[in-house]
Amino acid sequence: MEAIKSISAYAIPAIFLIILSCGMYKEIKVFDAFVEGAKEGITTIVKIIPSLVGLLVAVGIFRASGALDLLIYAVKPLGDVLTIPSEALPLAFLRPISGSASLALVSDIIKAHGPDSFIGRLVSTMMGSTETIFYTLAVYFGAVGIKNIRYTLAAALIADGVSVLASVWICSLVFGR
Amino acid sequence: MLNYIWVGMIILGFVVGVMNGRIEEVTKAAIDSSKTAVELSIGLLGVMCLWTGLMSIAEKSGMIRKISKIVRPVLGFLFPEIPKGHPAMGAIVMNLVANFLGLGNAATPLGIKAMHELQKINPRKETATNAMSMFLVLNTSAIQLIPATIIALRSAEGSNNPTEIIGTIWVASICATIAGITAVKVLSLRRKDRNGRTPWKP
Repeated sequence: MEAIKSISAYAIPAIFLIILSCGMYKEIKVFDAFVEGAKEGITTIVKIIPSLVGLLVAVGIFRASGALDLLIYAVKPLGDVLTIPSEALPLAFLRPISGSASLALVSDIIKAHGPDSFIGRLVSTMMGSTETIFYTLAVYFGAVGIKNIRYTLAAALIADGVSVLASVWICSLVFGR
Repeated sequence: MLNYIWVGMIILGFVVGVMNGRIEEVTKAAIDSSKTAVELSIGLLGVMCLWTGLMSIAEKSGMIRKISKIVRPVLGFLFPEIPKGHPAMGAIVMNLVANFLGLGNAATPLGIKAMHELQKINPRKETATNAMSMFLVLNTSAIQLIPATIIALRSAEGSNNPTEIIGTIWVASICATIAGITAVKVLSLRRKDRNGRTPWKP
């Protein structure tokens, strides 16, 4: 564990040193190159803002109106069929939509059931095994101005669904229900 | 698909909001979310410049090209469209490594850099290529060496063993990644997409 932690801690300094020493070795003007590249960062961020505003507003409206709760209620029978505990089911739907909201939900569930209960371990696993799909799509496609994303959302949702089912399966196997 | 989901979420949100008598909260959420979106983007600005700056040095020194060549045999299966030695592959690797190490601050700028490189070899500038879809799906199901946020949360709630979920998270992530890769490979084989266009072949 400690060894793995220190890899993470030293990764960024190591990347800095490697990139800079490579640049020096090839005798390029490192600071000029840095500034030139950093300028790109600004234009990219400006390009992201519109798509991020669009998606976060939709998510905000959907959550505040209670439509999300309605959706969760509607799919509850599906959860029973797939043996997903009803306490953990809302997270399965919230996770791809909003990262901060799902972290808050995980925190609530862990407080209520305890971190070492089956539900607590399951929501921890679900939370850790996927990313916020909508945010990732908005940022990455927004940055380069892609409008037709084709099947990307479908494929990402398939991966997400599999991660939920896999979480239930592996937690039942390892920790027992 | 994203268009329908987006419109659907907003319309359904307002309709349900009216029925629940929460229309004021809904309006407030809309305004607040637009603010959050800008704050998030501006919050990314500094670290974004830092990494695009460093990547520009790495590119000029030929480091990115070298990484691209090294990983080509492994990642070639996932990204067959990327030409040999193209810097896109190097940027993708840097992003995947940052994701794996849980360097969230570095991963997003590096991922955007990779998208820019992929966009350079995209013949239809407003349509996603198969390589872009593969890259996005790898990112949304990314395996993290140490899921630090969730471990911190568990130990804050007094878990006896906060790190015991690392193994289960790895297994679930690997399943998700395999499913994602399969989904992209299968869906990219379809003759026509929703708009009736034939998918782009390299």
